[in-house]
Amino acid sequence: MHPGSAHTVKAFDEDLNQLRGVISEMGGLAEQAIREAMRSLAQRDLEAARRVVEEDARLDALEAEAERQVVQLIALRAPMADDLREAIAALKIAGVVERIGDYAKNIAKRVPALERGGSTEPLSLLPEMARITTEMVHDVLDAFVERDKDKAARVCERDRAVDDFYNSIFRALLTFMMEDPQSITRSTHLLFVAKNLERIGDHATNIAEMVYFAATGDRLTERPRGNDPVASQ
Amino acid sequence: MTQVNPLQTPPAPDHAAGDDLKIRAKGVNVFYGDKQAVKDVSLDIGTEHVTAFIGPSGCGKSTFLRTLNRMNDTIAGARIEGRIELDGEDIYAPAMDVVQLRARVGMVFQKPNPFPKSIYDNVAYGPRIHGLARGKAPLDEIVEKSLRRAGLWDEVKDRLSESGTALSGGQQQRLCIARAIAVDPEVILMDEPASALDPIATAKIEELIHELRGRYAIVIVTHNMQQAARVSQRTAFFHLGELVEYGGTSQIFTNPRVPRTQDYITGRYG
Repeated sequence: MHPGSAHTVKAFDEDLNQLRGVISEMGGLAEQAIREAMRSLAQRDLEAARRVVEEDARLDALEAEAERQVVQLIALRAPMADDLREAIAALKIAGVVERIGDYAKNIAKRVPALERGGSTEPLSLLPEMARITTEMVHDVLDAFVERDKDKAARVCERDRAVDDFYNSIFRALLTFMMEDPQSITRSTHLLFVAKNLERIGDHATNIAEMVYFAATGDRLTERPRGNDPVASQ
Repeated sequence: MTQVNPLQTPPAPDHAAGDDLKIRAKGVNVFYGDKQAVKDVSLDIGTEHVTAFIGPSGCGKSTFLRTLNRMNDTIAGARIEGRIELDGEDIYAPAMDVVQLRARVGMVFQKPNPFPKSIYDNVAYGPRIHGLARGKAPLDEIVEKSLRRAGLWDEVKDRLSESGTALSGGQQQRLCIARAIAVDPEVILMDEPASALDPIATAKIEELIHELRGRYAIVIVTHNMQQAARVSQRTAFFHLGELVEYGGTSQIFTNPRVPRTQDYITGRYG
């Protein structure tokens, strides 16, 4: 009979669905922003990069809308138990997804600088890393909408791979910079791109933990982490 | 994935009230004729915490509340099994003086029911019949103290001889609480004490419950879940005569363990 069984007051379910819709839309925009930022980076598409930066305003507006809806839901419906946990999770998730959008925007902002940098190393790892983080963002928001704790837990497991990618890229770029000081500017930008993706993975993992808590009332245990490149230097 | 949360409050021990145990119910069954209204309920009630009973109509919460000072005795066909102890003493023992028991375990009802007497006499009634005060001065003192504790003194001190029934609904209810307090009870049972009151009067009753906590063991039956959440520290959820879940109020309202509790408090019941 639970979860998913309907409230006696149907308008309550409608409110919750509307809120889920906003969060879902934010997730879709964030995903698209990462994808487009990475595509414009790979294809040196300045126009697309500029659009990513511009579109970020929509995420900001949706975050404000999500906050408005959560406040209204709490004031008017007095949600309890899993409903309350979900409303609070939605509020926090909206903030985190907005942040993910900022990271995507930051990647897009680096496209002009990298375009001027001339040819370099392939860094074939970046697109794959971006693909995993985008998937994590996609899946974790699905998990939120579906109140699916298992899907949320699986998202957390993938963060390890993202951390490993980041560490590999970190070392590769360090080597480039040591071998060719000319590449330092460019490599630093790419390092920030990788760092942004790594942060996105972390944020997706945080969302997964919120989804898990909202769905179950219990917290996920501390997840295993990749090696910390800062510590290992 | 394991589900451990060191930060989470541990689930409240099932029926423990700890050191301040006041009332202990064990295996209580209540029948009205053939119909069983309360099924094998065991729980502890303490003085430190306000205890709220919640549940849909007909779930047995009021019936159970009324067993705690033997109010069901007066209902024809009502039969009670099990044991209820007040400070370890069986309140259904033949030697128990029911009048004395009801002085120790006072009750406030849904509808304010002041006697058609003066405000003063309403409060003085109990102390008089129980012989708690010798002479006018001590009685005056009890009346003032009780009205003060009930948060009503300032509003009525200049018109103590007026009829209790002339007060507003909220004031009448506080007068009834003052009347219950006047005999210096150990436990106060409240059956929907604010359901007939407006939000301001309700807030005053809730504030009063908060003030009285610790001095008396307080048990409140309420249909208003927000009220249970606001005034109580422990909540018991009843359904179909059974005690479904009993725990810390914040746990019950943020993270109930039993699906039936969750469905009820989130408004999915029925």
